[in-house]
Amino acid sequence: MRIEGAGLIDRDRRLNFRFDGRSYEGLAGDTLASALLANDVRLVGRSFKYHRPRGILTAGSEEPNALVTLGSGAAQEPNLRAPALELFEGMEARSQNRWPSLQRDLLAINDLAAPFLGAGFYYKTFMWPKSFWERGYEPLIRRAAGLGALSGQHNRDVYEKAFAHCDLLVIGAGPAGLISALTAARAGADVILVDEDVRTGGRLNAETHEIDGMPGREWAEEITNELLETGNARVMTRTTVTGAHDQGTYGALEKLPPDVAARAGAPLETFWRIVARRAVLATGAIERPVAFANNDRPGVMTASAVRAYVNRWRVATGRNVAVFGNSDDAHRTAADLIAAGVHVSALVDSRHHARTGLDVPFYPGGQVCNTDGRHGLEAITIATAAGTEKLQAECLAVSGGWNPAVHLSCHLNARPVWKPDIAAFVPADGAVPGMWPAGACRGEFSTRACLVDGIGAAVDALKDLGRRAPHMDVPRAEDAPCGLAPLWHVPGKGRAWLDFQNDVTVKDVRQAAMENFRSVEHMKRYTTQGMAPDQGKNSNIGALAVLADATGRGIPETGTTTFRPPYVPVSIAALGAGAQGQGFAPQRLTTSDKASRRRGAPMIEVGLWYRPSYFPAPGETHWRQACDREVRLVREAVGIADVSTLGKIDIQGPDAGRFLDFVYTNTFSTLKPGRVRYGLMLREDGHVMDDGTTARLGDQHYLMTTTTAAAGEVMRHLEFVHQGLLPDCDVRFVSVTEQWAQFAVAGPKSRDLLNEVLDHTIDGQTWPFMACGPVRVGGIEGRLFRISFSGEHAYELAVPARYGESLFRDLVSRAEGMGGGPYGMEALNVMRLEKGFITHAEIHGRTTAFDIGMERMVSPNKDCIGKAAAERPGLTDPEREQLVGLKPVGAVKMLIAGAHLFDKNASAVRENDQGYITSVGFSPTFGHFLGLGFLRNGRARHGEVVRMVDHLGEVETLCEVQAPVQFDPEGGRTRD
Amino acid sequence: MTRLAARTPLQGLLSLTVGDQTVTEADCGFMTSIAPWRGQDAALSEALKAAHGMSAPGPGRITGREGARAIWFGQRMILLAGPAPDPSLAAHAALTDQSDAWAVARLQGPQAREVLMRLTPIDLRDGVFKNGHTARTDLRHMMASITRLGGQSYQIMVFRAFAQTLAHDLQVAMEGVAARHEG
Repeated sequence: MRIEGAGLIDRDRRLNFRFDGRSYEGLAGDTLASALLANDVRLVGRSFKYHRPRGILTAGSEEPNALVTLGSGAAQEPNLRAPALELFEGMEARSQNRWPSLQRDLLAINDLAAPFLGAGFYYKTFMWPKSFWERGYEPLIRRAAGLGALSGQHNRDVYEKAFAHCDLLVIGAGPAGLISALTAARAGADVILVDEDVRTGGRLNAETHEIDGMPGREWAEEITNELLETGNARVMTRTTVTGAHDQGTYGALEKLPPDVAARAGAPLETFWRIVARRAVLATGAIERPVAFANNDRPGVMTASAVRAYVNRWRVATGRNVAVFGNSDDAHRTAADLIAAGVHVSALVDSRHHARTGLDVPFYPGGQVCNTDGRHGLEAITIATAAGTEKLQAECLAVSGGWNPAVHLSCHLNARPVWKPDIAAFVPADGAVPGMWPAGACRGEFSTRACLVDGIGAAVDALKDLGRRAPHMDVPRAEDAPCGLAPLWHVPGKGRAWLDFQNDVTVKDVRQAAMENFRSVEHMKRYTTQGMAPDQGKNSNIGALAVLADATGRGIPETGTTTFRPPYVPVSIAALGAGAQGQGFAPQRLTTSDKASRRRGAPMIEVGLWYRPSYFPAPGETHWRQACDREVRLVREAVGIADVSTLGKIDIQGPDAGRFLDFVYTNTFSTLKPGRVRYGLMLREDGHVMDDGTTARLGDQHYLMTTTTAAAGEVMRHLEFVHQGLLPDCDVRFVSVTEQWAQFAVAGPKSRDLLNEVLDHTIDGQTWPFMACGPVRVGGIEGRLFRISFSGEHAYELAVPARYGESLFRDLVSRAEGMGGGPYGMEALNVMRLEKGFITHAEIHGRTTAFDIGMERMVSPNKDCIGKAAAERPGLTDPEREQLVGLKPVGAVKMLIAGAHLFDKNASAVRENDQGYITSVGFSPTFGHFLGLGFLRNGRARHGEVVRMVDHLGEVETLCEVQAPVQFDPEGGRTRD
Repeated sequence: MTRLAARTPLQGLLSLTVGDQTVTEADCGFMTSIAPWRGQDAALSEALKAAHGMSAPGPGRITGREGARAIWFGQRMILLAGPAPDPSLAAHAALTDQSDAWAVARLQGPQAREVLMRLTPIDLRDGVFKNGHTARTDLRHMMASITRLGGQSYQIMVFRAFAQTLAHDLQVAMEGVAARHEG
């Protein structure tokens, strides 16, 4: 219930919200957890495995129990931690993992079966029969045990990614972080101060401590303002650093304030990558619970959370609150409650020597050993030397000490170090290069010690940055020792919970030890302790202590599991922000893109490019009709295709010819200016890398063409060769792919068409096959290449890209006037198959020049990249699979790319494999399918009938092996 | 006789104003990549100065002024933006016309840097990426050239074919930034 007094809430701003369909009211400044507690809602969830009733345990992002789902439909977001959810008007939250309702959860039957469901249960029970696991057991178990669920719908919410840079990143804005950031900012360093809370201050917002004579939270505000006034600092609240990565890069998840996130275009979350020259880790510490029987009842909370709810949100966590602890923190909790007017029913301190001046029933040397209640705590049982005593309590505040939040210090593989005086692990020295831990995360628990340490860390970091540190006075603050006596587990009957989120008990850990899973890593995996979304923040050390006890070792000898990123759960939507749908990859669109789409052409992706697949004509109902028509129009009239996507590399320099001779297997230094030559390029390992034509535009000027897919790879290869192998070569090259829009004009009427388009006419004398040179189109300087990928009399005409769309429209309309038209990738593919031309389907990275029948293109007169490696005996073995053409000859007429080839009568098993098909297409010219593929010793087997088997589609076709080139093998059509 | 109509890369896509930021397409005139021959870097710089009034920029820098700029464009590569290259340069470097190869946008506004922080990983802080600094880097998944032209003004270049994605990515980033600064 809400109590009087000033906290960090605005009593004038009421916020309506709903939880499980019921309406409640909270206040501005509330979290969902504080608002629920203010409304006396204690039962908020069901546990993962046993469906035990669970309430709010903590007041921070480490919360294991109070997980809720927000929103509905596509925007539904599960597993959000109620204490870390800023309340907003109209919030709609639902509990999870219960059916039909939170109060009456029928799956709580699991709890009755608990004796059978302990650690290792699944491994032992669901072993047989093996096939039942995937279809039977696993889905059943998953339905019963679980968390919230996504909607399965496309999420339309906006998420964002961003980058930030700074000299010093300070992680955590408690006293250590604040003073550290101020020290660095005063020294002139660029500082980013990050905190996951909605405001700076850290524990100061939850405690009654004073600093320099003012309430801690006011001091925090003052320092924050001072920090901002330096002009050197950026304060990022609502931001959790999720990972420490290489080279001072930190991942951080920012949740935008609900009112900002609701604006049009605003993201819900931003995932930051912060590159920091140095960092201060001031993440504080997380209070740990104590394991005792039924310590998981709603109403059992950490003492620090109880103080936070009372002091910050003015919420009493029960009408009567008992406090149980092993340090002075328990006393502080009782004192804060009394000061707030909350009835304290007992103060139980496990230390025998403890004393108190507080007016409360006091149990020194006592331990809480059990609890009662149904959906919430009603009573606790206290064990003392005198016996046990049961007394009423609606809330039990438990403190087992503090675990420094060392998580980020483990992300680069360092293991934290045991510190006996606080019975906890602290970051190892130099755990993350350039990062200094400070304050409570280093085991410095008093406010003064945090301030001293925060200044110290900043001074060290500044020195490392080569900056002079300013003089800083340490503010006055409490400096009490915590006086902790370790207490992990209260012995007794009943299940004592360690990992609330994964339902792991003390008994489970002991069971693991008994079954010889004595290593902490084995115990973790056997019991699943620490593997829930809270990643063991609340349970790791407790479980470890129980394991140490069970195996008769000390905690440092037992060792600890470490932490991986992310520190808190991060939505995939934030990590992949902007990558939904077409955002997945940038789109490269040709200049003819709009015109092609307007003609209804479906696009296919080639790398990042989009190319038209075919151009449907009126009346056509199937792509094959369009494809067949386009093949015929090229073969009979003239077709137009955008070929701008092919890589174009401008190569210049006195040594350009020598350079090309080295990267191509054949010779280009002898090519005459004004001529084009087909070239083949090998990788260093002797396999084919790419092919294409290169034109000699001038004495020292070449233009290389690459395939669309390998354009980037070839450019990188040329850079490597020039920088690494031929640095003395005076040659320069640059991509001009985007400078030129280039169109294939192919077919017997291509020259007639060009003579309408060009400013001057061309003929076979001046423009023979494989000629190239400058032309003018409508007064614009262009380039013409007489090359052919279709096997027809063909050209490629290039103009500066700004004229691309205009030229495409012009060419297409003229072609249509001559019985031709545009053609797409399907028709282009069929025609190259008819001609036996290869693409990357054939030069897929495992084939050699020998395999594709081009070994004679490797010039014997010079060296080239890949030549030596290509001569290795294994790469020239006649038994290798060689390029062949294929056509169907049996009853089945279909060829399928990817299918394998077998001897006609051999069974279709791996041992009998003779090769495979790489490309197929239906040839309207021949009236049947044509295929290219690789067949063992294939060149010697033309005329033989082999069997194609597609094991996936269960298709079998008898095919005749033939030469790859079927259409116009002499090439007469490409010439005049 | 054919008459060809020209289209600029970002035609129909920009300009765009969201919140306090505006992005427009820039007309840089001629763009020529200049790659010096072996040992000609210094001579090229002299020739550039004589012909166009600016020396060759060092890595990550630009020289010249609005209308005639030399932009560092990668390893031993300069982009001359504005004038047609003087023929005298050809003695010292390979010249290649790139006037149509790049989509060029100008982003301006008090939060222009915040917009760019959502698109590129480079350090854009005042003391690091100053006026006259340039970088070849990523803009989301595209290779880009980013130049700081003024306190609140940046030039962004990507391959022409990426124009639509550039406009889209800029718009999304601008909307996110504008939403934070509303009210």
